[in-house]
Amino acid sequence: MSASTPDTATRVQATESAAVSTASDRGTALWGLAAQFDTPAAIYEAAKKVRTAGYRWFDCHVPFPVHGLDAAMGVQHTILPVLVFFGGLTGLCLAVFLQVFTNSLQVDLWAIVPVVGYQFEVSGKPLISAPAFVPVLFELTVLLSALTTVGGMLFLNKLPCLYHPVLKSPKMKRITDDRFVLVIEARDPKFVRSTTEALLESLKPERIVELEP
Amino acid sequence: MTTLPIDHPIDELSDDPRQRPPLVLNHDDFGSVTADILRCNEAGKAPLAWKIAFVISFLLMSILGILVGYLIVTGVGVWGNNNPAMWGFPIVNFVFWVGIGHAGTLISAILFLFRQKWRTSINRFAEAMTIFAVICAGLFPGIHVGRIWLAYWLFPIPNQMDMWPQFRSPLLWDVFAVGTYFTVSLLFWYVGMIPDLATMRDRATNKIKAISYGFFALGWRGSMRHWHRYERAYLLLAALATPLVLSVHSVVSFDFAVAQLPGWHTTIFPPYFVAGAIFSGFAMVLSLAIPARELWGLKNFITMRHIENMCKIVLLTGSMVGYAYGMEFFMAWYSGEVYESFAFINRAFGQYAWAYWIMVSCNVICPQLFWFKAIRRNVWVIFIITLFVNLGMWFERFVITVTSLANDFLPSSWGWFEPTWVDVMTFVGSFGLFMTLFLLFIRYLPILAVAEIKAVMPEADPHAHHDDDAEAHE
Repeated sequence: MSASTPDTATRVQATESAAVSTASDRGTALWGLAAQFDTPAAIYEAAKKVRTAGYRWFDCHVPFPVHGLDAAMGVQHTILPVLVFFGGLTGLCLAVFLQVFTNSLQVDLWAIVPVVGYQFEVSGKPLISAPAFVPVLFELTVLLSALTTVGGMLFLNKLPCLYHPVLKSPKMKRITDDRFVLVIEARDPKFVRSTTEALLESLKPERIVELEP
Repeated sequence: MTTLPIDHPIDELSDDPRQRPPLVLNHDDFGSVTADILRCNEAGKAPLAWKIAFVISFLLMSILGILVGYLIVTGVGVWGNNNPAMWGFPIVNFVFWVGIGHAGTLISAILFLFRQKWRTSINRFAEAMTIFAVICAGLFPGIHVGRIWLAYWLFPIPNQMDMWPQFRSPLLWDVFAVGTYFTVSLLFWYVGMIPDLATMRDRATNKIKAISYGFFALGWRGSMRHWHRYERAYLLLAALATPLVLSVHSVVSFDFAVAQLPGWHTTIFPPYFVAGAIFSGFAMVLSLAIPARELWGLKNFITMRHIENMCKIVLLTGSMVGYAYGMEFFMAWYSGEVYESFAFINRAFGQYAWAYWIMVSCNVICPQLFWFKAIRRNVWVIFIITLFVNLGMWFERFVITVTSLANDFLPSSWGWFEPTWVDVMTFVGSFGLFMTLFLLFIRYLPILAVAEIKAVMPEADPHAHHDDDAEAHE
């Protein structure tokens, strides 16, 4: 295993013995409470119970997409495919415009900047020859769809994210490795320090960590 | 789902449909998977074999750089391209490298849509290979234009001459097809890598690593709400890349098929080129995977079953290529066209017959050995066969490009193409570029898709220990 394992183990013990009070002792605000689990099944059950208890501002941080966890958390279907459709449509229109405009346009659109098409006769083919335009139509549709997919995914996920309480905590390093962490944010209307902590305790996590903002 | 009884221990190579062979061997927890895959990235020193390979690759890449510089200051006359064979090595190399670049996105996209979970162990470096191959491919037409400072004429950029590219030309379609393919493959590769970069960031042992991996990880924190959109985005990219993979080599084949030359002007070209591209791409994946899994100790992740599956794809696509060779001859005869018939007889028995028979023996005969189970399971035999396949696929492009150009219609305009030393060394140097990029990749980036591999382990199923599947889909 990695060199960090013994280190993490001692950190687990330290947190458990110190209970959950460091942040309030130091007078800093509490951003949320994190419960750490070691199996996908445990976090799946935990997410269902936290959702049933009426929490909405909670999230699960997992090293890989746990099948069905998004449904258990009540995550709404993303709007991304709709964005991608319009991205693709833009690409298609752009390609039509580009090819028709550059290869056949004769209208003087702007008197100041006279941009005209480059009309080039090749073996008597029409200037607007639809079959010959198909490959570029396809390529630009796919290109803009793909750019929208990635850009839209990052935008909806609010990435790149330069700062986040979950990333700040050194105790959360293993969520990209082999631990499954459920975080309830303090801004949730149902969040009450004592009851929320009791709920998390009842889920039998490996440990509970409090997150500073 | 009901499980059929298993009466013997699980064998990864078993063809028994009652058992699902494990995709990851000898690991039952996620932490050890992360540690084992990233071990070589995280090791302080690179293995000696890596260093030797890197020095050789870097030298070859330097030769490429020097020869490209020589070409630019001297002119394309340093190559053997001349009337009538105006398309010599640069186009042969371009088609060769683009073809190799097909396996990565095929594995990522098409196998993903078909839910072939075994792809998770090979998709990352196959995608990396795709990107590096397309970089090598893009180099050749770029320097082939002669005055490379005017290469921007390829793109529709408003200019003072009121000139625009010719959208009715397949050569311009190529610019769009290869450009789109490169961009989409790069996005696919990068998006797939974000969670793994975050893993490397969180495991980094020093500040430089933490900051550089952290920069590219974009602040990924494994949020399930993010994963939800991420998975959807990945599916969409796969759906977009699937027709794209099939289109790229089709468009490349239009460069030939739209021309009037005998041997080029045929409708079989798009599917024939795509099959050949997948064939050569998988051969290259195998040629890279076999040494990499030895060197990097990844035999538990790239198992013999993965290798065997890829051999079967090489066998299938190799047979398709063989069929296409036969069908070309049939159509040349059946068309009754004297020039078309001559073109094929000339390929097999003319001045380039040696190239044709190298092509046939490497592409048609060699992969047929994969019918034998013993050969599909012997990595070094596979390695040698895949090298031959790559050689054969290069010769395929040579045969198509050069024979048709050198001997077209009128014997008075026939010629003989001969490469110069610059041609040969530029091609060899392009392997240096490819291998340098690939070696840097396997050293500094996650070589396998760590998060995806964890997700296909049986331990990843949240319902593994109780039967409430129905409840999960409420």
